[in-house]
Amino acid sequence: MIIKRKEFLQIGSLATASLMVPQFLRAFERPLMVPPGNKVLVVIQFSGGNDGLNTVIPIQNDIYYNARPRLGILKDKALPLTGEVGLNPALKAFKGLFDQGDMAILNSVGYPNPDRSHFRSMDIWHSASNSNEYVNTGWIGRYLDARCKGCDRPTQAVEIDDIVSLALKGENNNGLAFKDPRKLYSISNEKYFKDINADHHSGDETTDYLYKTLGDTLSSADYIYQQSKLHPTAEPYPGTTLGKDLKIIASLILSDINTKIYYVSLGSFDTHVNQENQQKKLFTELNDAVQAFTTDLKKNNRFEDVLMMTFSEFGRRVTQNASGGTDHGTANNMFFISGGLKEKGLLNPMPDLSDLDDGDLKHKVDFKDVYATVLNKWLNADDKMILGKQYSYLDFI
Amino acid sequence: MQVSNRLKNQHLLWRAAFGPVAEDAANLDGLSQKEIWEMLLKTSYKKPGKIESASYMLDGLRKELQDIGQIQKLSPEQKKTMLQQSRVDINNLNLQWMTEMISSKAQFREKMSFFWHGHFACRGINIFHQQQLLDIVRNNAFGKFGDLLREVSKSPSMLRFLNNQQNRKQRPNENFAREVMELFTMGRGNYTENDVKEAARAFTGWGFNLQGEFVFRNNQHDDGSKTFLGKTGNFNGDDIIDILLEQKQTAIYITNKIYRYFVNEKLDEKRADWLANRFYKNEYDIKKLMEDIFTSDWFYDEKNIGSKIKSPVDLLVGIRRLLPMELENTAVQLLLQRALGQILFYPPNVASWPGGKSWIDSSTLMLRLIIPQMITANEAINIRPKTDDDIMMGQMAEERVNLQKKTNFGSKYSAAVVDWQLPVKIFENVSRENLLPKISETVLQTKTKVGSNLLAKYLNNESRENYIKSAIVYLMSTPEYQLC
Repeated sequence: MIIKRKEFLQIGSLATASLMVPQFLRAFERPLMVPPGNKVLVVIQFSGGNDGLNTVIPIQNDIYYNARPRLGILKDKALPLTGEVGLNPALKAFKGLFDQGDMAILNSVGYPNPDRSHFRSMDIWHSASNSNEYVNTGWIGRYLDARCKGCDRPTQAVEIDDIVSLALKGENNNGLAFKDPRKLYSISNEKYFKDINADHHSGDETTDYLYKTLGDTLSSADYIYQQSKLHPTAEPYPGTTLGKDLKIIASLILSDINTKIYYVSLGSFDTHVNQENQQKKLFTELNDAVQAFTTDLKKNNRFEDVLMMTFSEFGRRVTQNASGGTDHGTANNMFFISGGLKEKGLLNPMPDLSDLDDGDLKHKVDFKDVYATVLNKWLNADDKMILGKQYSYLDFI
Repeated sequence: MQVSNRLKNQHLLWRAAFGPVAEDAANLDGLSQKEIWEMLLKTSYKKPGKIESASYMLDGLRKELQDIGQIQKLSPEQKKTMLQQSRVDINNLNLQWMTEMISSKAQFREKMSFFWHGHFACRGINIFHQQQLLDIVRNNAFGKFGDLLREVSKSPSMLRFLNNQQNRKQRPNENFAREVMELFTMGRGNYTENDVKEAARAFTGWGFNLQGEFVFRNNQHDDGSKTFLGKTGNFNGDDIIDILLEQKQTAIYITNKIYRYFVNEKLDEKRADWLANRFYKNEYDIKKLMEDIFTSDWFYDEKNIGSKIKSPVDLLVGIRRLLPMELENTAVQLLLQRALGQILFYPPNVASWPGGKSWIDSSTLMLRLIIPQMITANEAINIRPKTDDDIMMGQMAEERVNLQKKTNFGSKYSAAVVDWQLPVKIFENVSRENLLPKISETVLQTKTKVGSNLLAKYLNNESRENYIKSAIVYLMSTPEYQLC
């Protein structure tokens, strides 16, 4: 028996009643713009271990050039930030943001006893745990747990992806993942799922948990889809994956959705071979997407309320390998981009290449300090409860 | 509510096996739980054959290489090819084992092996190590826990994963010693940091050679005196394992974990204590422990039935047992495992899959709900997981391309062809008015079930056969079906 799923489910047309309300009428329902001050965080994950030293480049450092005779980015190729520091040539828009005071760079971020396995180190970054403990929840998920007691929709944190990352999984609340609001909506708009959800009353605890997740997903999908259509951005975005992802995020930020955290990934930065081309390709995608995104936010006066933060599970070794690449390393740099930064430019010294740990950079800032800062100062959340410990705050926001 | 005999039997089959299989499902009303349990034991008794998926190419290469030095001489391209082949072979190992879970008669053995596969969570990129560890687990799945623990601890896979190759006299690496206690035997809080240090010293010298054999390197072993869990002596690794097995806490920890996995996530301490005492007295005989559980009355209490969230592998295997099918592209199962959060041989870390509610978020739940329809309606599956770890990195990109290629064929690409004959036959003697309740009772283990009035709106009434088919698929597309 071959049944087309759509017929099988007797799916309603997408043009349901709520969608047929003309756009101009919907605009009257809500204020056009969220009042300023609704702070939003956008996390961009560089998957695979981005090579930080070829991202923010020590252009006057002989140790760097000696360790990387083939891979080192020459001073006159790098985009100069200061006399000592240059930026990867593919990150032109980032240089512009740096020069305008809309970007900060934090060097040597990491954690004690670094793990060089991708999945384990990513686990540590996502769960905000120490490298000798295993935690099944993520820092954003625990933010949701703290924030969302009794929330009716888990839309406070969303990931633009098909799968929810550990970072967004809490004990009782999870972030919501979708690649495209329309796709999410079309699945969740299946009449059958709405019917069984409405028909369920109360069973045992686990059944109720499943139905609660279903109900939340259905209402969130609907909500997000409506919101994403409310203020579709007019700005041109590149057609790359990250371009599309940031366009979706911009449309949601410009709506009045309650989302506080957006999460998106780019990769793979695992450049054991042929690093130059691979990193250039990914940075070009990043650069163009971020340029469109920041332009969009500025035009709509939201740039002060949005903080973009980049991270990778680790940096790479100082010395190049024999295959035109670099191997897994330790500490790395992070970018912070916003119109609302309190400290701009280079927040701390470049890594000391004369003081290495078995060929790897030593971390100077614990990444959990960054999380604590963002949670406390940007999202106004109880960082100590979420991270299980009081970490030091930084001053960039 | 009176729990029917069928429900009890299915309960046993979901917990001690991978759920009812289409060809036997019709007979579940008449049998007793004891009969089914004995059948499960009988069919699992035979020693399993080793599942091997290493390709000829790698096998040949391994036989040529006699020592580590020769590996170093390989060119970077050769090493890369080896690594890639090993990944492909591990994927095949995954799929071959899944096939055993679906169609093997030795259901109890495979189910226990699946439990231990999670308990002794281990990632690695060496196909030989992985298939060897699986073999150890399947061979000892319901033997003595002590034997299983010792063999796993001496396997190259685990020694490598927990860095015991780097554990040397003067330069101890504590990873292995710590996890053996924290995750494999006693659990946190039952030993001190000093016990970890001392145990690590005892495990120095434990390693393996290129042939995948355990070796004890005397010159790397710290043969000084150690004090471990209150005992002092010139201990080696085997002594540490003996001392760990002497600890009642090991029996308690393992029993509690087994109770939570096989009976109910909510631990009944009195029952678990009783089980742990017997497990300890029976010298860690796993079969006797499982028999204590599956032949007790309380195992069939209403509160234990349908209380467990199926893991992704339980779910996928369970569907395929009730609905025999041909998959056009078996690798789609790897993609589903990944999207649902459980890839065999790739646990998230040594603490393994946390299980329970953590399986469920909006994305995984919606995918779980549409899988039965995707399969039966021959729809292409279009998921694009991100590449986020070393072992899968790059490889998923290839799979993505393959899937996209497939989807470009549009309607020509069918995900699966279900052989409906057996599942329809389950209900051949059921009267029309009992049909829906019977299907519902066969597919779902939960107390509350989707209402028949609601279902009636969706079911296909063209023929009895279509009615049964559509009822099974709709019932599988519910939150209730996620439970067993």
